[in-house]
Amino acid sequence: MPGSSAGSIVRVSGPTVVAEGLEGVALNEVVRVGRDGLLGEVIRIRGGQATLQVYEETAGLVLGEPVDATGEPLAVELGPGLLGQVVDGIERPLDALAARTGDFIVRGVMHPALDRQRRWHFVPRVDPGDQLQGGAVAGVVQETASLVHRILVPPGLSGRVRAVTPGDATVTDPILVLEDGRTLSMLQRWPVRQRRPFLRRLTPERPFLTGQRVLDVFFPIAAGGTAIVPGGFGTGKTVLEQTLAKFAAADVIVYVGCGERGNEMTDVLAEFPRLKDPRTGSPLMERTVLVVNTSNMPVAAREASIYTGITLAEYFRDMSYQVALMVDSTSRWAEALREISARLSEMPGEEGYPTYLATRLGQFYERAGRVVPLSGDGEGAVTVTGAVSPPGGDFSEPVTQASLRVAGALWALTTDLAHRRHFPAIDWTQSFTLYADRLAAWFEHEVGEEWASLRQEAMRLLERERELQEIVQLVGLEAMQDQERIVLEAARLLREGFLRQNAFHDVDAACLPAKSLAMLRTILHFARRAAASIERGAPLRAILAAGLDEPLLRLGEVPGERMEAAGAALVAEIDDTLARVGGR
Amino acid sequence: MDLVTRLARSATAIAGPLLFVEGVRSARLGEMVWIRLDAGESRRGQVIELSETHAVIQVLEETRGIRPARAEVAFTGRMATLPVARQMLGRTFNGTGEPLDGLPPVVPEAVLPIAGSAINIVRRERPSEFIETGVSAIDGLNTLVRGQKLPIFSGAGLPAHALAAQIVREARVRTGEPFAVVFAAIGIPFREADYYLHAFEGSGAQERTVVFLNLADDPTIERLMTPRCALTTAEFLAFTHGMHVLVVLTDMTNYCEALREVALAREEIPGRRGYPGYMYTDLASLYERAGKIRGRAGSVTQLPILSMPDDDITHPIPDLTGYITEGQIVLSRALEQKRLFPPIDVLPSLSRLMNLGIGGERTREDHRAVADQLYAFYARGRDVRRMAAIVGEAGLGDDERALLAFADRFEAEFVGQGDARRSIEETLEVGWRLLGAFPPEALTRIGRALIERYRPQGETDGAGAVDADGAARHPGAPAGGAAGGRAAPEQA
Ligand SMILES: Nc1ncnc2c1ncn2[C@@H]1O[C@H](COP(=O)(O)OP(=O)(O)OP(=O)(O)O)[C@@H](O)[C@H]1O
Ligand SMILES: [Mg+2]
Repeated sequence: MPGSSAGSIVRVSGPTVVAEGLEGVALNEVVRVGRDGLLGEVIRIRGGQATLQVYEETAGLVLGEPVDATGEPLAVELGPGLLGQVVDGIERPLDALAARTGDFIVRGVMHPALDRQRRWHFVPRVDPGDQLQGGAVAGVVQETASLVHRILVPPGLSGRVRAVTPGDATVTDPILVLEDGRTLSMLQRWPVRQRRPFLRRLTPERPFLTGQRVLDVFFPIAAGGTAIVPGGFGTGKTVLEQTLAKFAAADVIVYVGCGERGNEMTDVLAEFPRLKDPRTGSPLMERTVLVVNTSNMPVAAREASIYTGITLAEYFRDMSYQVALMVDSTSRWAEALREISARLSEMPGEEGYPTYLATRLGQFYERAGRVVPLSGDGEGAVTVTGAVSPPGGDFSEPVTQASLRVAGALWALTTDLAHRRHFPAIDWTQSFTLYADRLAAWFEHEVGEEWASLRQEAMRLLERERELQEIVQLVGLEAMQDQERIVLEAARLLREGFLRQNAFHDVDAACLPAKSLAMLRTILHFARRAAASIERGAPLRAILAAGLDEPLLRLGEVPGERMEAAGAALVAEIDDTLARVGGR
Repeated sequence: MDLVTRLARSATAIAGPLLFVEGVRSARLGEMVWIRLDAGESRRGQVIELSETHAVIQVLEETRGIRPARAEVAFTGRMATLPVARQMLGRTFNGTGEPLDGLPPVVPEAVLPIAGSAINIVRRERPSEFIETGVSAIDGLNTLVRGQKLPIFSGAGLPAHALAAQIVREARVRTGEPFAVVFAAIGIPFREADYYLHAFEGSGAQERTVVFLNLADDPTIERLMTPRCALTTAEFLAFTHGMHVLVVLTDMTNYCEALREVALAREEIPGRRGYPGYMYTDLASLYERAGKIRGRAGSVTQLPILSMPDDDITHPIPDLTGYITEGQIVLSRALEQKRLFPPIDVLPSLSRLMNLGIGGERTREDHRAVADQLYAFYARGRDVRRMAAIVGEAGLGDDERALLAFADRFEAEFVGQGDARRSIEETLEVGWRLLGAFPPEALTRIGRALIERYRPQGETDGAGAVDADGAARHPGAPAGGAAGGRAAPEQA
């Protein structure tokens, strides 16, 4: 290896290795460890010894085995061919690995992320004589049916174009020659722990539409914003993240399976190629990159996986795309950090996590955002939603707490709702969003003027229900007045007919804001009219028995395009029925 | 394990299950060692850490009585491996894979590292084949599929063993395909292990079963090897011989305690309740060894059993397990006290792969909807029960009374089926019968077409026929709550 200095192993403990004799090695430099050449990264240098975190299984290493420095930081390959790929935490393509080594992951096998044989049709956007800056669009490749991959000049590079080679090329073929003789190909590398530069940040003011009613209406986040999704096991974090990956409005999805189950990733691989992107009609897999480091894969690569993921996301952002990054689960990343830190004998902070946990999390979430890319062309955004897996479902633990300080929204999942199969199990009393005010204008303008007022009315209804429930627990429902009981009924319809959303129902799985609004309008219409009927003396029994609840509970199953009409018809039916059951 | 040794050293220090050896320059991380005591005895160990000054060895057997200076440590140069063969079916081994049945060692078809390797996810196949266990609370509401890892969360004295034995007995019936059971006893009492062995015998599964036994009085640290030996065998039978293998691991709580013992001896910073911070990763290295591989015939299905200390589901052992497995079956002391079997609390129970294994072609088209509706009513019924405890039944309205009655019947008739087996059709039938207590409009989780097709006609009265075996008590005496009390009576 060029410029490598040879060291040797003096200590092995789990995923960390200490080596001696690596003179001149830099922090975060990539090293090859042992006779099998396992990939590792320098994480500490002290007194002639370098501590390495090794991205592959360390069992079998022997003291004295060689360690070679590579002179480069941990970096990912960027270029056409990423979409539809499944890579591990250090961007090794799992398909290619399987082709080489079979059904099980074998260590010491390196394979470049981007296919070196595949040819792409390069259409230049520059001419000889043009002056180029880093981040400029040098040309385009139609990577998938619906996505144009903009070939960017690597940040930091600039010069005048001498020659351009249009036409079919592999990612390593030269496509541009600069006057100083340097050549550019479609492939570039970027160190994962470093944020990719942009021209400037923009205030997030458009929503990141998720297709989930409870999120879009009550706890929306902005494109370029961040949300965390904490919840105990089985509360629906993965289903929610995968549902977002399917239905959220984004050009590109980067999904990081960080220390979770293998079968869940297989699910994505089985479903996404078959499902269609609702906006483009192309298979969902074509807008998706999967970064997968399951719980039984090496922990150090798990630590790296979220950085690999966000670097890929930033790269597409720099092409002026709307990108969404899902991380499931950030807690597993934090645990990997904790394990490595413990092996370094660092002073532990709360619950053994290193004291820099919060800083690292902050740095990570700060890489989200809405920006004008270096090209100056339009805007791009990276929206991040990170699952958190608190031990015992208790949010007071360090990872949830540190994440809360940096995230723009909390989508809190609770075991109680999950156990009653109320999905998504998002607790409306605990969850919050800091984006609501900024997004209100967009919703009122794009969806409907009553957006904010209906939203508020619905929240008040839920709040009122909570107060009444406390009393019911003490005195029983029978002791409540009819005025209160009708509030409880309306709130139940709102919860079960609106907040609940079945991720496995063909129609209900995704919901556009217009449909949400129409549903809300209809349910709240019932709430108001029914309350008024009671005031006028209509018997509660008659209202409850009138059969209005069933159609209201089934509104979610009405296809979006029929919702306006169905909602209006139901409103009329509500008025008729209530007029019939009495009260003057 | 072979005896070809590279070098021998004497140990310098000992701490709990750990032995420290100085001046080792060429040991391998993870390699097996022999420790020869001056009395001529040998014990086995494994290298778990290497540094310039010393190697740390985790001793699998008792360390009491070892005098470090007199003990000779011989490094074998080999990682922990297990010789495997189809012949292992019908045999019994100890917790590290040595024959325990007096028969000669198996002639190995392969020698495999017990640590295993991760299945490349692009080669995994989605589990989707329904396993009919005959238990309504599982088949109907928390369906098990081939290739799933579905633990049973138990508590001291709860009949996890009776439930697991029933699942093993039933899981093989519906198909004529090659089937095997790998059973790993991890630190459980003899009477409990004996119960299982009798159960396998009684169901004719014995010659299809491989048994690994580490009993309560066997070496603690050996428990770290036992599930790995079991899973290595299971993978071999599944992926080399195309068998559908059901792995029962019991009790994972004992495994975790062995893990904690080593961590404490290493003076690692303890995580929650003293369990090591890497316990999630360690458990995942076991539980993830379930599944199916594209293009290979077999499957590995895991049924780990664990005891929740203090019945606390937030304890790190059930908590981390639940975060890794594909659901959980939770046993409830309250139902056990009502003398219902199996005492499965369906609310915290979950099968994440259920949707893949049910529906029209696999079970029945109304399966999902019926399950959802039963859940919805039962959850509300439990709320009402809680409220009724405060305000008294008199404070309840008609709807609430109906929900309360439903919850009682659901527990007694749907869940508490006794030890009779029910086909999935029978399970759904019982479900519909209970739902019959409500008018069709109340069944909002079920599509109208399905209601029309499946809802039994007739009055919407709660007083349905009582299931003949509805409240039948599960076998064995509850007195004292000890598991051994009900060792295999129904096999007789
Ligand atoms: N939106 C939903 N609609 C219907 N069912 C859901 C929904 N969300 C979750 N579920 C149910 O809950 C189960 C658990 O969800 P999920 O696997 O997402 O939990 P999780 O929070 O990721 O758990 P873990 O932390 O253990 O990974 C799913 O298998 C599914 O049965
Ligand atoms: Mg999950």
